[in-house]
Amino acid sequence: MNITRRRLLVLLPAAAVAWESILAGTPEASPNYAMTEHWWSMLIDIPKCIGCGNCVRACQAENDVPDGFFRTWVERYHVDDWNLANPHVISPDGGKEGFSSTQDDSGKYFFVPKLCNHCADSPCTQVCPVGATFITPDGVVLVDQKYCLGCAYCVQACPYGCRYIHPTKKVADKCTLCYHRITKGLTTACCEACPTGARQLADLKNPNDPIHAFLKTHSVQVLKPQMATGAKVFYNALDGSVR
Amino acid sequence: MPGVEGFMYPNEVSLYWSVLIVLYPFITGLVAGAFILASLERVFRVEAVKPTYRLALLTALAFLIVAPLPLQLHLGHPERSFEMYLTPHRSSAMAMFGFVYLWYLMAVLVVEIWLDYRADIVRLSQSTTGWKRLLYRIMTLGSDNISQGALRIDERVGWLVTLIGIPSAFLLHGYVGFIFGSIKANPWWSSPLMPVVFIFSAMVSGIAAVMLLYMAATRLRRQPIDMRCVDTIAMYMFYIFIVDFSLEMLDLIHRIYEADESFRSLDFMVHTRLRFSQIVLQLIVGTLTPILLLALTQVTKLSAIVRKRIYVISASLALIGIFAMRWNVVIGGQLFSKSFLGYTTYKMALATREGLLVSIALTILPLLILAVLVKLLPPWTEQTHASIPAAAAAQAH
Repeated sequence: MNITRRRLLVLLPAAAVAWESILAGTPEASPNYAMTEHWWSMLIDIPKCIGCGNCVRACQAENDVPDGFFRTWVERYHVDDWNLANPHVISPDGGKEGFSSTQDDSGKYFFVPKLCNHCADSPCTQVCPVGATFITPDGVVLVDQKYCLGCAYCVQACPYGCRYIHPTKKVADKCTLCYHRITKGLTTACCEACPTGARQLADLKNPNDPIHAFLKTHSVQVLKPQMATGAKVFYNALDGSVR
Repeated sequence: MPGVEGFMYPNEVSLYWSVLIVLYPFITGLVAGAFILASLERVFRVEAVKPTYRLALLTALAFLIVAPLPLQLHLGHPERSFEMYLTPHRSSAMAMFGFVYLWYLMAVLVVEIWLDYRADIVRLSQSTTGWKRLLYRIMTLGSDNISQGALRIDERVGWLVTLIGIPSAFLLHGYVGFIFGSIKANPWWSSPLMPVVFIFSAMVSGIAAVMLLYMAATRLRRQPIDMRCVDTIAMYMFYIFIVDFSLEMLDLIHRIYEADESFRSLDFMVHTRLRFSQIVLQLIVGTLTPILLLALTQVTKLSAIVRKRIYVISASLALIGIFAMRWNVVIGGQLFSKSFLGYTTYKMALATREGLLVSIALTILPLLILAVLVKLLPPWTEQTHASIPAAAAAQAH
């Protein structure tokens, strides 16, 4: 083929686009799974959480989470009757090893497991300069770690403190809702490890999912609703003091 | 946990934006401010500041060349940064950085400098020898017509470029403010005033830097300082500083009066973790003192030597204050928990990629680049303006 200067000018951008596409590779095959048929969320039943830390340990084992960082963690709230707006909160090592018992009987104690809220209008996705963070058609916020610059803008934009920069990979890291498991029909590692069923994976697009009955009969809230992020981790019996 | 007071979400304990991200808005602020000073002469015809016109442009260029470096060094994967040009995410404020930067560098600053210096470059390409001659010949870009008609066109196009440059300078730095101001998760940052405060503080810092550089360079060259020039610059700096201070106070009063859910937490932070950098350095040393000193020069008649000293002190303090302001925004915004229940500590490393030594090097680097630029393209009016007619005459023959 005779390549003229004009033809080269047309071919070069086309070749650049093609090369980008080759570099992107093909997505991992997931037979019998149709993304558009699911809309994933999680239900957390606060009265059922005993603060054992099983979920944190299971998550770290399943996802190779680096020490000192957390894809999920558990907080213990102590709210005094006379000071409802200023709870005393602890989460030693993310609650991984559970919590020591307390001598103070005043006020109330409860545990709040936290994880990425997989927001439908997530600020982290909005701010990513290259679109490395994205929401899947089935409602899971993920990070393309082969594309992430590691600028940490998403870490700053997350109102819930769910993101961190992986200390060795130098890219943004966070809860994937065990996407590698849920697309194969399994539940998440944290839900599987929870001994009381305080955490339940839920599919809002599945009419047979028990979450629909639960949402009808319980008072359910998301964290920081004023942030208007479309958070999809629903908390049953969430105390007003929880941040 | 060491350095933590109260409760932080576990992933918040270490800071993700370091001193390098403090340098980034500081440096781009100097660029924008220096350019605005240059435009005073070019567009608004403030003839008194002419001696600093070219120096201001070269200062802007030297700092603009360095501006992306702290960002690059901070990235986890700097080798992927070019992706911002290839696949920019349109909803991201940060994605526009590359484009705004390139626009400002290539469409505004380099073009304006080239147009302004073209006659000098042509003259130098004829009068020098060796590698310098080659360099200047390349810099002419093949355009060696310096007849009166051609110079008039340069002047007109240069004026137009400056005119475009003013909103571009506002865009460059206002946009940096928007990166912070648009983060709703962070109440310390989230404010529509942020871009405006950034622009005005940028103008103060850029004007202060050019004034200091002009005074230092003039002294080094054993030339008399043009007092009419520095008086005018100081006057502009004073008034812009007042606008900047008023905006920051408006933000502060608004926060105190509104006292929303984040107020107690932020108030505590300002009085503890940020006491030195915010109250002492930014407010007292870096804002009130220079404003009062500059006010003194505006309302009383002082001798030239006293005025010069006041200008040097107030410009230096202003630079410290604006740097402290960037520090308090960037670092302060990460010291408190988004749960509003605790505080962490920033420990600056010494010799790491994001450490103190690199920051110092990045602060000195623009000055070295400026020294080279000044050698290459002398900005001093008394030399160049005298030589232009001679060169034009040479061309005509």
